[in-house]
Amino acid sequence: MDSTRRTFLTSAGAAAAQNVAHGQDHEHEHQVVPSDPALRVKALESLLVEKGLVDRAALDLLVDRFEHKVGPRNGARVVARAWVDPAYKQRLLIDAPSAIAELGYTGGQGEHMLVVENGPKVHNLVVCTLCSCYPWAVLGLPPVWYKSAAYRSRAVIEPRGVLREFGTQLDEDVEVHVWDSTAELRYIVLPERPADTEGLNEEQLAALVTRDAMVGVSKVVPPGAKA
Amino acid sequence: MNGVHDLGGLQDMGPVRHEKEEPVFHAVWEGRIYGIDRALRFIGKWNLDAWRHQIELLPPADYFRMTYYERWLQVNEQLAVKHGLVTPKELETGVPDPASVNATPALTAAIAAQRLGRGIPSSHDPKVPPQFKVGQRVRARNMNPTGHTRLPRYARGKLGIITLDHGVYLFPDTNAHFQGEKRQHVYSVRFTARELWGVNASPRDSVHLDMWDDYLERT
Repeated sequence: MDSTRRTFLTSAGAAAAQNVAHGQDHEHEHQVVPSDPALRVKALESLLVEKGLVDRAALDLLVDRFEHKVGPRNGARVVARAWVDPAYKQRLLIDAPSAIAELGYTGGQGEHMLVVENGPKVHNLVVCTLCSCYPWAVLGLPPVWYKSAAYRSRAVIEPRGVLREFGTQLDEDVEVHVWDSTAELRYIVLPERPADTEGLNEEQLAALVTRDAMVGVSKVVPPGAKA
Repeated sequence: MNGVHDLGGLQDMGPVRHEKEEPVFHAVWEGRIYGIDRALRFIGKWNLDAWRHQIELLPPADYFRMTYYERWLQVNEQLAVKHGLVTPKELETGVPDPASVNATPALTAAIAAQRLGRGIPSSHDPKVPPQFKVGQRVRARNMNPTGHTRLPRYARGKLGIITLDHGVYLFPDTNAHFQGEKRQHVYSVRFTARELWGVNASPRDSVHLDMWDDYLERT
């Protein structure tokens, strides 16, 4: 079964590529698609700049922001603050955008956020089955696996199987709550603080928090433990 | 539209491939198309729902064959043509036609920086009353619209409970087609895994979906 499906997907892809190359596709007959997306992007960018539609510096700024400034370290600081400051945690669970803005993180795909809390008997998992919705403002852009057909299809029907592939084994009596991001709400998992971390300060705690734990596919492990 | 983008619940899709130390962009062009996409959206000829629908309109085999940012490239070319920012000939030749549109002013870094902080508008609007209440049992409508929708197939016709009222949002099914914002309440609706997937699912698991008033009916 497994290999059959993938063989189908591969051959379907090859057929589609031929259709596009021969201009037979009804959506884009006007264009001959070069094989290399890098060339197409370069051509599109030059055209838009020459036409005065966009400024190259604007593109540089947008790329730089998500390549270097916004990323899962933002979310990790939010989680660490919630672990050390119970009042902050309450604000975060009630009104995530305001509490997150207290730490200076704002912006697109972070206007409406909800933080869902893991506990000994509850494990949360975030997915977007329809596209790739993700809390950019606190986690940056999503990784390839989050956007993959495998994750999007399976997270809702067999979350425990997906979690096992990430090395996360849950007891039978733990409830799994899956959050399918079908609207403009963006979800962040507040992972459990690992045991034996009482001696760590906020910064050291933040260093333990991974992107995967804030999506809910893994847990935060104490320092020295193997992930 | 019952398209291949509506993936929830499909089986035999292979393992989830996790890349260690994954870069934000795997090639320079991925970053550039990301920037172009955001910049063109700031110009305001199309909205996020229309953008999502354009991705859904990719031919099914293309949808699976393309990488994520290849899809972005394809739909940005298509939307730029569809909404008159560039002509098909310009796209083909790469040479601007003196008769075609320019933006005044061009989207500059300063404008982009301002726009980065603004996005989906406030969800607070006391003038739009909710049709349902927290705690209420509801059924997701069984509907198969041919345009854009954010009601996944796997939830249609299923029974759930409203756990939160998120406030008021634009209705994607009309907004994607420039047929009005039709603002209405969105709720978090909890469906048990057994309701969605049957007796073999864990009795403890559940899936929450965010649903607009128009996706729900009383039970």
